[in-house]
Amino acid sequence: MSKVTTQPGNDGEEIDYLELDQIIEKEFDGEKENLIMILQAIQRRYNYLPKATLLYASEKLDIPYSKIYEVGTFYSTFSLEPRGRNIVSICLGTACHVRGGERVREQLEKTLEIKDGETTEDKRYTLESVRCIGCCSLGPVIKINEDMHGRIAPDQIDTVLHQYE
Amino acid sequence: MTIQSVTDLEQIKEEYRLKLNLPETIKVNVGMASCGIAAGARASFDAAKHEFSNDTGIDICQTGCIGYCEVEPLVEILSRTKPRMMYKNVTKDNIVDIINDYRHNAFNNKKTRKHILGQVKDPRSLLENDMDNPQENIDPVEGIPFLEETPFFKGQVKIALRNCGYINPDSIEEYFGKQGYTAFLTALKTNKPQDIITTIKESGLRGRGGGGFPTGIKWATCAKFSGERYIICNADEGDPGAYMDRSILEGDPHSVIEGMLIAGLAIGSSQGFMYVRNEYPLAVKRLVTAIKQATAYGLLGDNIAGSTFSFKIKISTGAGAFVCGESTALMASLEGKVGRPRAKYVHTVEKGFRDQPSNLNNVETYANVPAILLKGGGWYAGFGTDNSKGTKAFSLVGKVKNTGLIEVPMGISLREIVFNMGQGVPGKKKFKAIQTGGPSGGCIPESLMDTPVDYQQLARVGSIMGSGGMIVMDQDTCLVDVARYFLDFLKEESCGQCNPCREGIKQSLDILTAICEGKGKEGDIELLEELGSMIEKFSLCGLGTSAPNPVLTTIKYFREEYESHIIDKKCKAGVCKNLFFYEIDENACTGCTVCAKKCPQNAITGEKKEPHLLEQDKCIKCGICYDACKFNAIVIK
Repeated sequence: MSKVTTQPGNDGEEIDYLELDQIIEKEFDGEKENLIMILQAIQRRYNYLPKATLLYASEKLDIPYSKIYEVGTFYSTFSLEPRGRNIVSICLGTACHVRGGERVREQLEKTLEIKDGETTEDKRYTLESVRCIGCCSLGPVIKINEDMHGRIAPDQIDTVLHQYE
Repeated sequence: MTIQSVTDLEQIKEEYRLKLNLPETIKVNVGMASCGIAAGARASFDAAKHEFSNDTGIDICQTGCIGYCEVEPLVEILSRTKPRMMYKNVTKDNIVDIINDYRHNAFNNKKTRKHILGQVKDPRSLLENDMDNPQENIDPVEGIPFLEETPFFKGQVKIALRNCGYINPDSIEEYFGKQGYTAFLTALKTNKPQDIITTIKESGLRGRGGGGFPTGIKWATCAKFSGERYIICNADEGDPGAYMDRSILEGDPHSVIEGMLIAGLAIGSSQGFMYVRNEYPLAVKRLVTAIKQATAYGLLGDNIAGSTFSFKIKISTGAGAFVCGESTALMASLEGKVGRPRAKYVHTVEKGFRDQPSNLNNVETYANVPAILLKGGGWYAGFGTDNSKGTKAFSLVGKVKNTGLIEVPMGISLREIVFNMGQGVPGKKKFKAIQTGGPSGGCIPESLMDTPVDYQQLARVGSIMGSGGMIVMDQDTCLVDVARYFLDFLKEESCGQCNPCREGIKQSLDILTAICEGKGKEGDIELLEELGSMIEKFSLCGLGTSAPNPVLTTIKYFREEYESHIIDKKCKAGVCKNLFFYEIDENACTGCTVCAKKCPQNAITGEKKEPHLLEQDKCIKCGICYDACKFNAIVIK
């Protein structure tokens, strides 16, 4: 264990290295092959991937930082930027698309005044598009955090968003 | 307790078969797959649990996807003395009444009667048809249709989905009760690996993930290569509009585990991997539970049932990359790397995961395996057509009345699926096309709806079987926009390592976007065709080689839509915003004021009961009025 205390990383996020050790070594056996799942666990904890955690994982797993950065940017679920308190995912699967998903997205962007992938200034919402959540019969669908909202119409967006602080 | 033999299994099986079919209490099965939960099934479940918490006569249980997603939440109620009854749209507000009316035989109570979909004639799966029908001695309720005879269910043959909606996915014992693990244990005790492979070959089963490669041949080839072999399950169901695999994993995870065990036995492997989409958290949760239970019964682990065969399964989750559905990319991702496909001159059966011989099949393929082993290869091959044997699960979605998950014998026509099971397009809209095969597939027009569902026949009309998404499109769907949509999807998902795919898709998308914005030029269609044939010929992996399909099929069958976008600058479907406007038809408008109230721009004005007026300057073409008008008075110009 190289660092045992909680200390801020270079992007200001407080990093708990003991907890990181727990994730990397205990939960995922320090296996290189588990990198994607390790990053997912880190993202669950911090809501994004702070740079310091990636550097630490690089050292622990003996994988060059460039490779970890590559994985962190290749897969769409990872975010290297802090995200909002609520993740609003708009499903852009085909079934949602033909049932007006695009209009729902436009309304979301208009209401939140952000584009796909961005976070509101008050850090309340992050807007993300996802490729099919598999609830196609309920399309168009949006998912806020873990809650699914099906058969959503553009004029219901306001009411739904307000449920999330 | 560990299970050592088929006899051990028999005892538990009988007990649970009875509990599943003729329970002592009234059993309420709430369909709780992701889509059911999204439709409110959790709330219904909780409400019933709360109400009947001290009632020993009522047992509230969860089950997987019942399939008829359009009318979810779905609930089935059964007992020892009454018919099994399926209810639709069961919310937290009506579930208690529904259960009470069932209990008191009040099947004609208007309030709950409208929720009855039908009564079940025969709950046996195809694997149980040599046993007695538990409903045989129960008199049906007069005046209520049999579920199996209602349009959505009629004609379905469930093999891969045989247990979905019948058992609690979190209970291995209930899976035992439906013949679970019998095929594996019998094979373990009595069959040589070669016999298993012969049976799978006989069945004619082909890869259900989209490739359609004969499963038996794949297994046989993999078994020939020496070294540590791996069994991999592709549960990275990425095609938008397809959720068959999710439903199987959430509704019957053990069928997939058993299929993998049998593959391990046949091929000689002791390690399995499941690569599951990150977007399917419930599937992962149920798989984790299922693996724990199978391990506790000694059906996974070392020296299974006292034999020399050992098998373990590890679950890995994806991280949102469509290309990881491609086998070589999936294996790279399993190794913790970025998912970039490689050229396949060396097949994965020879050098796959960790450069070792690897057998990769998808969820639905594995789920079919135990059924085939139990009933025989010839039995399975008895369903379907000459070159497409058996059944296939499809998700029927989009602009169709009855959306949901169906499993049908191969060879059934697209028309039967859409117009009989699906009951056609909702409202008074006109059917336009059906899209099969996801971003690698094509759009099939009305004139070809008699095409049978069969690998060759679908390829002949320019589409593919794919993994099983069927998206119905109506007059409000613009097919140029659909082609643009798929290319936008593929541009995002292309891994970027080969030029034809990365640049070709981008260029095609730019042209399509220009057409949709009204900046299309003459010659664009030909250019798209030329680009398409180039991408198809020179891309490295399946993502690239099939990427032009949505463009080429829409040009082939709907060329006039492209032409009206390019030449007349019109989008008749009312999708491409620069190419149409809404107008109110004075003769059709009744002045009901609904549109005016809903318009977020206050662009519609007018007196009550008088035709309204739409101000074009204010209109943002959001379509809210178009959807809201019940009199078709908002028209696309």
